[in-house]
Amino acid sequence: MSDEIISRLNHSEVSPLKYDGEISHSSLEGPVMDRRTFLVGAASVLGMLAVSACSWEEFIQNNFQRMTKEEMEHTIERLGEEYKAKYGRDFVVGVEGPVDHTLFGYALDIQRCIGCRRCVYACVEENNQSRDPQIQYIRVLRFKDGDMDLEHSTIYYDPDEVPQAGYYYMPVQCQQCANAPCTKVCPVKATWTEPDGIVVVDYNWCIGCRYCMAACPYMGRWFNFTDPVIPADKINTVTHYLGNRPRMRNVVEKCTFCIQRVRVGKYPACVEVCPVGARKFGNLLDPDSEISRIIRTKRVFRLKSELNTQPKFYYFFAS
Amino acid sequence: MKRFATQAVKRILSGSPLYYSWLVVLLVLAGVGISAYVKQLQTGLIVTGMTSYVSWGFYLGNFTFLVGVAAAAVLLIIPAYLYDFGPIKEIVIVGEILAVTALLMCMMFVTADLGRPDRLWHLFPGLGILNLPRSMLAWDIVVLNGYLFLNLFIPGYIIYKAYNEKEVNYRFLLPFILLSIPWAVSIHTVTAFIYNGLAARPFWNASILAPRFLASAFCSGPALIILLYQLVRHYTSFHVKDEALFKIAEMISIAMALNLFLLGAEFFKELYSDTHHLSPLKYLYVGIGGKGRLVPWVWTAFGFNVAAFAIFLIPWTRKSFVTLNLGCVLIIIGIWIEKGIGLIVPGFIPATLGEVWEYAPTTLEIIVSVGIWSIGFLILTIALRIILPIETGELTRYTHPVRRAVAQGA
Repeated sequence: MSDEIISRLNHSEVSPLKYDGEISHSSLEGPVMDRRTFLVGAASVLGMLAVSACSWEEFIQNNFQRMTKEEMEHTIERLGEEYKAKYGRDFVVGVEGPVDHTLFGYALDIQRCIGCRRCVYACVEENNQSRDPQIQYIRVLRFKDGDMDLEHSTIYYDPDEVPQAGYYYMPVQCQQCANAPCTKVCPVKATWTEPDGIVVVDYNWCIGCRYCMAACPYMGRWFNFTDPVIPADKINTVTHYLGNRPRMRNVVEKCTFCIQRVRVGKYPACVEVCPVGARKFGNLLDPDSEISRIIRTKRVFRLKSELNTQPKFYYFFAS
Repeated sequence: MKRFATQAVKRILSGSPLYYSWLVVLLVLAGVGISAYVKQLQTGLIVTGMTSYVSWGFYLGNFTFLVGVAAAAVLLIIPAYLYDFGPIKEIVIVGEILAVTALLMCMMFVTADLGRPDRLWHLFPGLGILNLPRSMLAWDIVVLNGYLFLNLFIPGYIIYKAYNEKEVNYRFLLPFILLSIPWAVSIHTVTAFIYNGLAARPFWNASILAPRFLASAFCSGPALIILLYQLVRHYTSFHVKDEALFKIAEMISIAMALNLFLLGAEFFKELYSDTHHLSPLKYLYVGIGGKGRLVPWVWTAFGFNVAAFAIFLIPWTRKSFVTLNLGCVLIIIGIWIEKGIGLIVPGFIPATLGEVWEYAPTTLEIIVSVGIWSIGFLILTIALRIILPIETGELTRYTHPVRRAVAQGA
């Protein structure tokens, strides 16, 4: 039964386009080796609950926001060991905090985007999304010229070459809302907005209720319906606790503006990979930053602004 | 206490062949359900039909329906305790037990839907973090547990007194009874608010949602109660007057009128303004682009509800047991569809970026759900088996445990 569903999930994802031929990824054989002890605990209302694939330390792990310095160090160390056991490689699990006087913002030039989906796959590789079933944070919508009705858009387009005449493209990912509906609804505060404006998830605190997914107007949140599979040679070992560290099944994940990169002064992977420079990123609090200048001088809009979610993700027209 | 336990166990274990087969059937279904659930725990929610497009489904549909059943006990409590309507006051306890059972099933359905039930402790105030006052789900946990307490405490106290052959002090009980009335309204209101508060989902984001929840709950809950009372009086010596059943049926007709009126109001608003908010309703009733899995279901629900309304409206059909029971069954099925998958799934279709991605429960999801219903019936059967004889005075602390139980049969 589950195979049928997995194939169904895969089918829902788009395939990369032949833009430079290098983007598609090979078939996967993820050995889900798990040497961790299996804990069986009676924790549910049924009085029976097999807490499979969950060690005692993982079970009692605290919410990231409540961790003491020692707890944090201990957790990071344990996670590093877990990941090494699973993928056979050394991981960096960063906990870099927000930088003062920084509020990250994003702008996307609709006129420039050519719909190549390189951002989609750069994101998958950078952020360790599951390859089977596939999870992709960025959805590139294709619209017919003269129409911006979401219900008329599609993510399923597969021409020999992009851009196609008569169409334009609008990539959508987490809009990092200032008035985020997703963090509001979380019953356990497993997701919140960091001081630098990034909406993050503590994967070890999420109870998997998926309320945030129902609340998000942008499809910015994704659920690991089963154990994520990433080939060991494809895994990105430079991670952040609140970002691209490997996830477990039945928890929610999302775009974090590549928190592991932007907090150490790099651009998000999607910004870096964009071949036409349609993606801009920077500090909204710095009046001289590129992002501030774009918002000040260009015609910008925010997706579904009528919902008052106040995204820190702007769309603009460069000319 | 020890004496009570002995008496209770004896009563549960002794009964007619019919009673035994009923228990065996339920135990088998519950067992199959639990093993399916274990499979779900081991593999992940991918074994369900839910996706990142339609991220809630059959489990939460059943949950929503059952919150309504639990809330409906208030329709017995008001005439029983506030208006002192004798025929219902004698039997109100069965409604309260049904409410408790429905609440326990609600909790089981939510747990089944949860990705990480091993992290349930994150919800416990003090130990974990319950996101109050912001999260409606957190509020729902508070009100459901509060209602569970009230519906355990009120009948529990009455039963305790009856068992010990003592007088019930209604002066002491009254504040709890009064509190349970708005509390019943609150559980279904807050459950509606879980969906209602999401601006991302226009199908739910309409002020009419909470009133419609209550109206439909006051149809399906009492319908279930009418059937349950007839079963109880058929199989036990517990006496239920026809008058009480007809009174409940009368209340159903009012609730159903209100429910259909609110549905009409919703239809008018969406159809006349004809905005994108119409899309989920369109998906539900006629389908979009050839996709319309729910269409036959929702029309069944509509037909059943209208037919049941007619049955309950006409005094003659309302007071004939054949048509009354038919009406009850129609209403239960109708509301189960309407407030189940008919409410949850269209909220996600079209998805927030416009895509129409359908949902259907998998066999495993249905097996788990049948298991939960079976556990619910099991709880209800066992609870009634102990409580009814206490209520009728056949079982007290002075009753000889063995002799009476045997003499009683089933």
